[in-house]
Amino acid sequence: MFVEFIQLTIAGLAVGSIYALVALGFVLIYTSVNVVNFAQGDFAMIGAYFMVSLVLGAHWPWWVALPLAMVLTGAVGALFQLVLYQPVRNRPRNFLPVMIATVGASVFLEQVFLLIYGPVPFQLPGIFKAQSVKIDGVFVYPQYLVIIVVTSVMVTVLNWFLERTKLGKQLQATAQDADTARLMGIRVARMTALIFAISTGLGGLAGILIAPVYTVTAGMGSTIALKAFASAIVGGFGSIKGAIVGGLTIGLVETYGATYISGSYRDAFPFIVLILFLIFRPSGLFGEKVSQKV
Amino acid sequence: MTRAVLKFLPFLIALALIPIFLPGGRLGSYYLTLLILSVSYAVAALGLTILLGYSGQVSLAQAAFFGIGAYAFAVLAAKHDVPFGLSAIAALIITTGFGFLLGLISLRLASHYLALVTIGFQIIVGLVLNNWAIVTGGADGVSNIPRPAYFGIDFSHDHYFYWLSIACLGIASYLVYRLRHSRLGGALLALREDEIAAASNGISLFWTKILAFTASATLGGLGGILYASGSMYISPNVFDFNQSVSFFAMTLVGGQESIVGTTLGAALITFLPEVLRFLHAYYIAVYGALVVIVILFMPQGLYGMLLRGIDALRHMVFRSPAEGAAVPVAAQRQHSLKRPVATNDPILQITGLRKHFGGIKAVDGVDFTICRGDIAVLIGPNGSGKTTALNVLSGVYTATAGSISFNGTDITNRRPAEINRLGITRTFQNIRLFPELTALENVVIGYYPKGTVGLLGTLFARRRGFIEDREAAARARETLRLLGFSRFDIKAKNLPYGQQRVVEIARAIVSGPELLLLDEPAAGMNREETAALSEILYRIHDLGLTILLIEHDMSFVASVATRAYVMDFGQKISEGTVAQVLSDQKVIKAYLGDDAEYA
Repeated sequence: MFVEFIQLTIAGLAVGSIYALVALGFVLIYTSVNVVNFAQGDFAMIGAYFMVSLVLGAHWPWWVALPLAMVLTGAVGALFQLVLYQPVRNRPRNFLPVMIATVGASVFLEQVFLLIYGPVPFQLPGIFKAQSVKIDGVFVYPQYLVIIVVTSVMVTVLNWFLERTKLGKQLQATAQDADTARLMGIRVARMTALIFAISTGLGGLAGILIAPVYTVTAGMGSTIALKAFASAIVGGFGSIKGAIVGGLTIGLVETYGATYISGSYRDAFPFIVLILFLIFRPSGLFGEKVSQKV
Repeated sequence: MTRAVLKFLPFLIALALIPIFLPGGRLGSYYLTLLILSVSYAVAALGLTILLGYSGQVSLAQAAFFGIGAYAFAVLAAKHDVPFGLSAIAALIITTGFGFLLGLISLRLASHYLALVTIGFQIIVGLVLNNWAIVTGGADGVSNIPRPAYFGIDFSHDHYFYWLSIACLGIASYLVYRLRHSRLGGALLALREDEIAAASNGISLFWTKILAFTASATLGGLGGILYASGSMYISPNVFDFNQSVSFFAMTLVGGQESIVGTTLGAALITFLPEVLRFLHAYYIAVYGALVVIVILFMPQGLYGMLLRGIDALRHMVFRSPAEGAAVPVAAQRQHSLKRPVATNDPILQITGLRKHFGGIKAVDGVDFTICRGDIAVLIGPNGSGKTTALNVLSGVYTATAGSISFNGTDITNRRPAEINRLGITRTFQNIRLFPELTALENVVIGYYPKGTVGLLGTLFARRRGFIEDREAAARARETLRLLGFSRFDIKAKNLPYGQQRVVEIARAIVSGPELLLLDEPAAGMNREETAALSEILYRIHDLGLTILLIEHDMSFVASVATRAYVMDFGQKISEGTVAQVLSDQKVIKAYLGDDAEYA
């Protein structure tokens, strides 16, 4: 019983880390350009497919393929904002059209990758060959540990980058006030592209990490995206800390709920938590206040 | 009523005639099946016209309501042999109930929060349809769904069922049209344009949002019933998130604010796979790209673009008449304006009013009394709490402590809409007009609280509703003319700044309030505009209104005010006539600091 609980907790934290990575992307894009990108999950799919090409196709070692796949995904993300966001960035009240356009873009991306890679799912090998290891009587799937460790490292690196480097400061300045940043000589268009590249690159990493657990399909991103979005709101939209805590919360809720309550309603639990949060605490755990200013 | 019928009848007749032109044989009956499908989609998409197009609320759950309607109907009619009509009515009631529920959940949410809650609702409904097998049949769905037979016509014949669907579409279009062209429609648009301004004009945000969600759900349910009965078999995968995105695309691509546009959008997206069949596997990718292009670059949708094109052509062929020139206020009515005289009859009494934001004491214990007939002015340095006080008075903020009494009624912490209805209206420091509506429409919304006809009266076209709407338009024109404004049909966002102020004031006084609150009406105006504004204030005052205004322009204040109150750091530091307060040492110190004698 207790052993099962530990196993579930590790699984929940691993799935939650994936949501957290994608949610981080949502939050970074939202805070800097005030756009909600519903195609964020598809970048997880794109990253996983790039990894499929590099590892299964070109037979590269994973430690070379992984950074390259992330960078390639980020490049697609930069291109994505050039097409979807830049043309309408100065139009008043562009929030809703851009949000809906990203839903359309999500349909488009999924179909394009379905056409390229075909409908047969791919199975990416994990970094460790072993299917499971036994630690103190608890069976642990090593990929889960890989996910948790890599996510923690990435979050630390991201934090260092945003807080301690000049480029990170420029990104933050752009996010807080693009016009003033421009007056200070920061190249805002480049910063926007970089934000999208980082956010989608993180999404790509999430897809690469989860791929050995699931399989790689064109549709793998959409449910991840919705739950990551829920994570971002539960954590408090606009907060990096919130995205991480929210992601882990949603991952645990989903895993416990599926085992202890009902497996067939697995996908409902994150949204029930989300709706409860929105009713009783709409600002989330650490987030912005949801109200209008007069 | 006749106008609405004349508007849609040709279109509906054209739709009804389509089957005649279809090829015979299997291809023809295949196309007819698709037509029936697209009509059921169109009915559901019309729900989104109300919710998204009119009231500006995002919902990605329309397929859930479509599914609830379809399942409720199918389970009753096919599994429990309930008569067709009764099943349909029960299904509509159930869907409406769920719409009410989603509306309740979504009351305080906007934009992406709202989108995600509706997605969550959609996913939960999808899971229930899939897993609650005892009732819904699970993944197998429900089969043998009946079609009706009324008036001796057997609708199991596809042609007849198509015409029945067209009749339902006609009824749905008519109801949506009625709703849009009524005061409730005005309230929906106001909600979309600016919630705070809507509430301050006497519109209940609660009921208006609930109306939008339930109306949209009901139409979604009606579409679902037509779908279930039309295809005679349903399974859960038709009602998933992707279908919700499809409904959204239909409404946006066709034209979110247009009934005809939405209908055409539904047909377009249903038939697009047929047209793009030559693309084979690339079809869905092309579809996604098309949706992105239309949404980003044609905000009015394809039908809106079409109408615009026709309009442009018409302008080229027939020159448009020159718009009416603005009438200067002074020239319009020449009778002498009396200098207003204050009375001693209190209209508004504020005692110990406090408003704290966390540690910041924006208003910290203010008392003042405004008498009937006053033009009272509230002055004070920037950040002294004037606007906060006004926001508490009008119900936009809730007071931390203290009480406000209007005409002897306690109005502390009432909602903005209630306060408006009691007779206090306001304007805003940063003008809050409804930008996409015309000047006249803006002012007509100001008259909303005077209307009495509710939802049923609107839908059943009660005579009284039309009379009231005409009256509202007449009153709005009269009020705008009184203030020297005649560019009725210009969108508010296209008016110059000074005129936007005038329209906002007209919107605030059209319902005949007793007390008018103006927040820095002269800010940003030049000398001529300020002079015209004092004329306007005299004129409004002449009508018997009491006015409380916040202002910085001292010459303007001196020319209009009968009484002045000075605030600094959240407290009242002086009161009296303008001359009295301006010579008060405390006031001078507040504005100029301790070294006033050197200034």
